[in-house]
Amino acid sequence: MRILVCVKRVPSPGAKITLTEDGSRIDTRHLGFTISPHEECAVEEAVQLAAAHGGSATVLTLGPASAEEQLRNAIAMGIDHGVLLPIDEDEWDPRAVASAITDAIHTLEAEDGAFDLLLFGNESADAGNFQVGVRVATALGRAIVDGVKGVEVVDGTVRVRRSVPDGFTVHALPVPAVLAVKEGLNLPRYPAMRGRLTAKKATIRQLPPTPRTGGLRTLRLRAPQQEQTPTRILGSGAQAAPAAADILEEVGLL
Amino acid sequence: MTTVLTLIDHPDGAVARTSRETLTLARQLAEQADQPLHAVALAPVADEVVKELGELGASVVHSIEHPSLDADAAAPAVAEVLRQLMEQLAPSAVLGPASDRGAAVLAHLAARTDLPLAANCTAITPVETGWELTRVRWGGVLYEDAHLDAPTALLTVAPHQVAAAPATMPATVERRVHAPVLDDDLHVTRIVDREELSSGVSLATAPVVFAGGRGMGNAEGFAILEELAGLLGGAVGCSRVATNAGWRSHNDQVGQTGTRVAPDLYVACGISGATQHWVGCMHAKRILAINTDPEAPMVTRADDAVVGDVHDFLPALVEEIRTRQG
Ligand SMILES: Cc1cc2nc3c(=O)[nH]c(=O)nc-3n(C[C@H](O)[C@H](O)[C@H](O)COP(=O)(O)OP(=O)(O)OC[C@H]3O[C@@H](n4cnc5c(N)ncnc54)[C@H](O)[C@@H]3O)c2cc1C
Ligand SMILES: Nc1ncnc2c1ncn2[C@@H]1O[C@H](COP(=O)(O)O)[C@@H](O)[C@H]1O
Repeated sequence: MRILVCVKRVPSPGAKITLTEDGSRIDTRHLGFTISPHEECAVEEAVQLAAAHGGSATVLTLGPASAEEQLRNAIAMGIDHGVLLPIDEDEWDPRAVASAITDAIHTLEAEDGAFDLLLFGNESADAGNFQVGVRVATALGRAIVDGVKGVEVVDGTVRVRRSVPDGFTVHALPVPAVLAVKEGLNLPRYPAMRGRLTAKKATIRQLPPTPRTGGLRTLRLRAPQQEQTPTRILGSGAQAAPAAADILEEVGLL
Repeated sequence: MTTVLTLIDHPDGAVARTSRETLTLARQLAEQADQPLHAVALAPVADEVVKELGELGASVVHSIEHPSLDADAAAPAVAEVLRQLMEQLAPSAVLGPASDRGAAVLAHLAARTDLPLAANCTAITPVETGWELTRVRWGGVLYEDAHLDAPTALLTVAPHQVAAAPATMPATVERRVHAPVLDDDLHVTRIVDREELSSGVSLATAPVVFAGGRGMGNAEGFAILEELAGLLGGAVGCSRVATNAGWRSHNDQVGQTGTRVAPDLYVACGISGATQHWVGCMHAKRILAINTDPEAPMVTRADDAVVGDVHDFLPALVEEIRTRQG
């Protein structure tokens, strides 16, 4: 089974997001970087499926050269190969990203045969465009289900569970298939020492994409106004219980 | 004259709240462009729904009739119907709610037409070179102003950011039946089965949520939150640290990649209040934080706080509630 996972490098903000002075982007000077938890689950699922069914898993990202860090993290978790589509900017419009990823898949599949599964996150953590996976699947003429929280591959059919507000819906797709997955699908592993050593030495394949325009251009970012009312401190331990119970009464719970 | 086309959900014979919000934004766009507002709905469309659509300003409702387009319909099939309507009506914009289905359908429509799509919008205005719009990023903690350059604007509307409001002049609605011809391939991802979650108080709609984070210490630490939720008809929530540690199921996770809640009271126990958690609980009417750290963002943003150890405070709260409940 050949599996491809697509991930996006994003800043990892703490309790407050600080913007650059011109408001064009997040001030990342003091931030680490990560991928969406959805994508972490996609990576974990790819590693598990490749182990269970035999085969290999590849991780791909379109981003700055520094996005190699996210590819190596995925390799440390057990992914076999890393592919970087290097760009000069932090990010591209989702339509441009999808078409560049589609081109890269054509290249990779021409060399080594089709991927049975393409895995995406349900949405990227920062932009939340909810579309890159669907665009790639459509361009390749493959079926896609989003919101996936369960995957089972039996006899060339992928049975997936999609989370909906009151439970799950079940879908059955032919291979090759595309899935946009959500956190909760599995519990991503913490990379072991050996994985991290392998990742350090792994060669990352570079496939420079052809620049293109997408149609959606960021003008500026803004933090919504938040009215900060001072917090009322009820106390420091057991003796705060009556005041807290008063609140339960005030909101009608008691 | 071209139109503004809006996909709507109408479960249980009423227009869904997110669809009413979407229609409100779509109507503002239609008024600015001096174009009629059309709604698209899967059949059967109840008379009540048609009436509501009129109140919201739609002059035409396209009722889509096809045996495969029921509650189990596949997103690409619904998207293909919208694409056919686009060919027929040449709308200036197509909008849908950023609900599970709306988000998927609009993404498939964008892919099938190769048009740009702006997800989770809160405002849009036509400008000379296209549109200027505002959308939410990071699950709701940041707004982005963006320029959209496209022959037709495709967008989904973020939930609960636009206040749904009826039109000043309700429209008389014309119902048009559209019976599309659809390729079999479009139905491949149709729902083949459903699994209901065990009933009980659901996290998303509970009046009170007792949520625990790293500060609860371990899985057993959550027993007292279960007890509190049980006493008050609430639900237990958690942070991603609790999920990742295997203390709680992901179904309990509140936040950007978990569930969004808006209870009357959110009790955050041993949760620091990272942005990705905060977006999941910020719409609670009132927030009570219990944390040993008075500087924790959850404490400084909460309405009320207990600065102390959850293990000291929560048992005392249980006692106090039991006494008052008699
Ligand atoms: C893209 C992305 C998406 C994410 N999505 C989510 C999401 O959906 N939901 C989510 O929750 N997180 C999410 N996260 C993770 C988030 O950034 C935080 O790491 C997480 O919310 C922290 O959980 P926590 O507050 O339990 O732990 P910590 O941040 O470690 O905080 C623990 C808190 O408990 C307090 N404490 C410790 N002991 C006690 C005690 N005995 N009594 C009282 N207080 C005590 C400490 O003072 C501290 O404030 C996401 C992260 C990323 C990058
Ligand atoms: N720059 C990128 N490189 C690789 N994959 C991406 C990139 N951007 C988005 N994706 C994938 O597409 C999914 C959906 O992203 P989006 O449409 O931006 O919400 C993400 O979860 C990733 O799996």
